[in-house]
Amino acid sequence: MEIKILNSGKTLRVNQDQDLSSNTTKILVRDLEMFYGPVRALHGIDMEIKEKAVTALIGPSGCGKSTFLRTLNRMNDTIPGARIHGTVLIDDVNIYSPEVNVAVLRRMVGMVFQKQNPFPKSIFDNIAYGPRLHGVIDKAVLEHIVEESLKKAALWNEVKDRLQTGALELSGGQQQRLCIARVLAVNPEIILMDEPASALDPLSTAKIEELIYELRKNYTIVIVTHNMQQAARVSDFTAYFYMGSLVEFGLTKDVFTNPLKKETEDYITGRFG
Amino acid sequence: MRKEMLGSMEQHRLTKKKEVFSEWFIEKLLLMAGISSTLIIALIFLFLFKEAVQFFKTAGSFDLIGKWVYDDWEERNVFKMMWQSISEVPKYSLIPLFCGSFLVAFPATIIASVLGIGCAIYLSELAPPKVREMLKPTIELLAGIPSVVIGFIMLAFLATFIQDVFHTKFRLNAFVGACGVALAVLPIMITIAEDAMRAVPKELRDASYALGATKWQTIWGTVVPAAVSGISAAVILGFGRALGETMIVLMATGNAALVTGNIFSSVRTMTANIAAELGSVAQGTEHYYALFLVGAVLFTFTFTLNFISEIILNKMRQKLRM
Ligand SMILES: Nc1ncnc2c1ncn2[C@@H]1O[C@H](COP(=O)(O)OP(=O)(O)O)[C@@H](O)[C@H]1O
Ligand SMILES: [Mg+2]
Repeated sequence: MEIKILNSGKTLRVNQDQDLSSNTTKILVRDLEMFYGPVRALHGIDMEIKEKAVTALIGPSGCGKSTFLRTLNRMNDTIPGARIHGTVLIDDVNIYSPEVNVAVLRRMVGMVFQKQNPFPKSIFDNIAYGPRLHGVIDKAVLEHIVEESLKKAALWNEVKDRLQTGALELSGGQQQRLCIARVLAVNPEIILMDEPASALDPLSTAKIEELIYELRKNYTIVIVTHNMQQAARVSDFTAYFYMGSLVEFGLTKDVFTNPLKKETEDYITGRFG
Repeated sequence: MRKEMLGSMEQHRLTKKKEVFSEWFIEKLLLMAGISSTLIIALIFLFLFKEAVQFFKTAGSFDLIGKWVYDDWEERNVFKMMWQSISEVPKYSLIPLFCGSFLVAFPATIIASVLGIGCAIYLSELAPPKVREMLKPTIELLAGIPSVVIGFIMLAFLATFIQDVFHTKFRLNAFVGACGVALAVLPIMITIAEDAMRAVPKELRDASYALGATKWQTIWGTVVPAAVSGISAAVILGFGRALGETMIVLMATGNAALVTGNIFSSVRTMTANIAAELGSVAQGTEHYYALFLVGAVLFTFTFTLNFISEIILNKMRQKLRM
């Protein structure tokens, strides 16, 4: 479906071929505040992220998109001085409650980073890293997981004959798909992506977007993107952040065609940001 | 208009020339400094080998292994692998010196590797910034202890302690020396291994944590493997230093040139051998050249080890720059 955005004259293909109202809530964020030492990076965020849908986080640089994303798998725990208030419920469990096992949480909530970061190991060992952490040692099982994960990440055909070669010999786009496969190998339910295509050429970007579109059938995806077109193309929901606050959140088609707030409209039409 | 431009260009070129000349001069000066240090090393090499080969004027290369000597007690010829420079029939076998050097350097490297890599892991991965800030200067302080002081402590205290614990026959032995040498090579090993681990990009640790790894799983599964070349360079360099260490072994190993594999036996290393004998030997004698030969062999060993570790470190730096 093509939509003319407001008065900007740009047209975007917006994802709209599915009724999402019946999807259940996967992540529920309530009154979330996040601090780096004395500096508050997130202000009272409330958000409801639907299962098996793609939610895009947009907003100008430094507005807290990555910070918010990292609160969803507690990667902020690794940053000294980071503190958090409020609740993040995943499947109705508060992931910040003391009983939560962070290792299990992170396995359930996978993460793909802005810059592709394969380990300096073989392709096979990259994918097998996660399963091995969680106790899989049987060679046949590992081989099966590696094959399945690479197939899901649409990389199998390109690498099936050279699983033992170094991951760093792959192209940038292939490395990023390898990182996605590495996440899929631990069988997550949610996948967080922080500008996964920002360092890639247009062709590789297209492949990643196609892949996201495929993965959405089975996974809940939250993606940070700088690129308006990308947000419109791949996402079902869009959240617009500005200076640590959530300004607007809704179905992508609504946010892009009929935003409630003036700031959102200005950002989307490129008048600012 | 054109003229004006030309004029200003001319002027510009002139001022530039001045700058260019001073830069040229400094550049050449630095180049000379670089060349001269390389030249000095080459000259040492040359001098050492020139003197060392003179040994073969009077002796055969087989003498470096051992000699058939008539034994008065057994009343027959026996093969002796000994370093016995002051004797009716001088013997210059390198075998007991090799035994000594390696019997000290191997255990020293193992002890220093275990302690050093452990310490490097702690410093780079586990220590809170404040503890790190305290420990780093302490390690540098350790590097500043004169080796004669370490040797003295080994000789006076540790030797007695080790004899009490292990009931060794010799109070001064290879193991006592190895402990002291380990202490001496520890700082450089910690520094290199820690640098290697800190050079592992944060992105890799994040990838590991994001897959559900604990801190220890990340250290063993990601950081150490990614830094393995730097860590091995540290070990190789440490081994080279251990082979070259002189004062501690001279003081703490007993200096008996024995062919042995027993770590609690007294030994004499190549370095201690040179240090102990070169002062009292007449120039130009067979004994004098024999000592140079030991020096040349030792230099070859340590030079090769340093060279290998330097190559590994360079490769690693290139790999991580990517
Ligand atoms: N590790 C950190 N320590 C301190 N401040 C940080 C850290 N990471 C991000 N910030 C700050 O938090 C704010 C939000 O950053 P970030 O979430 O990275 O923004 P975005 O991803 O939207 O560009 C910025 O002002 C940034 O300077
Ligand atoms: Mg960001």
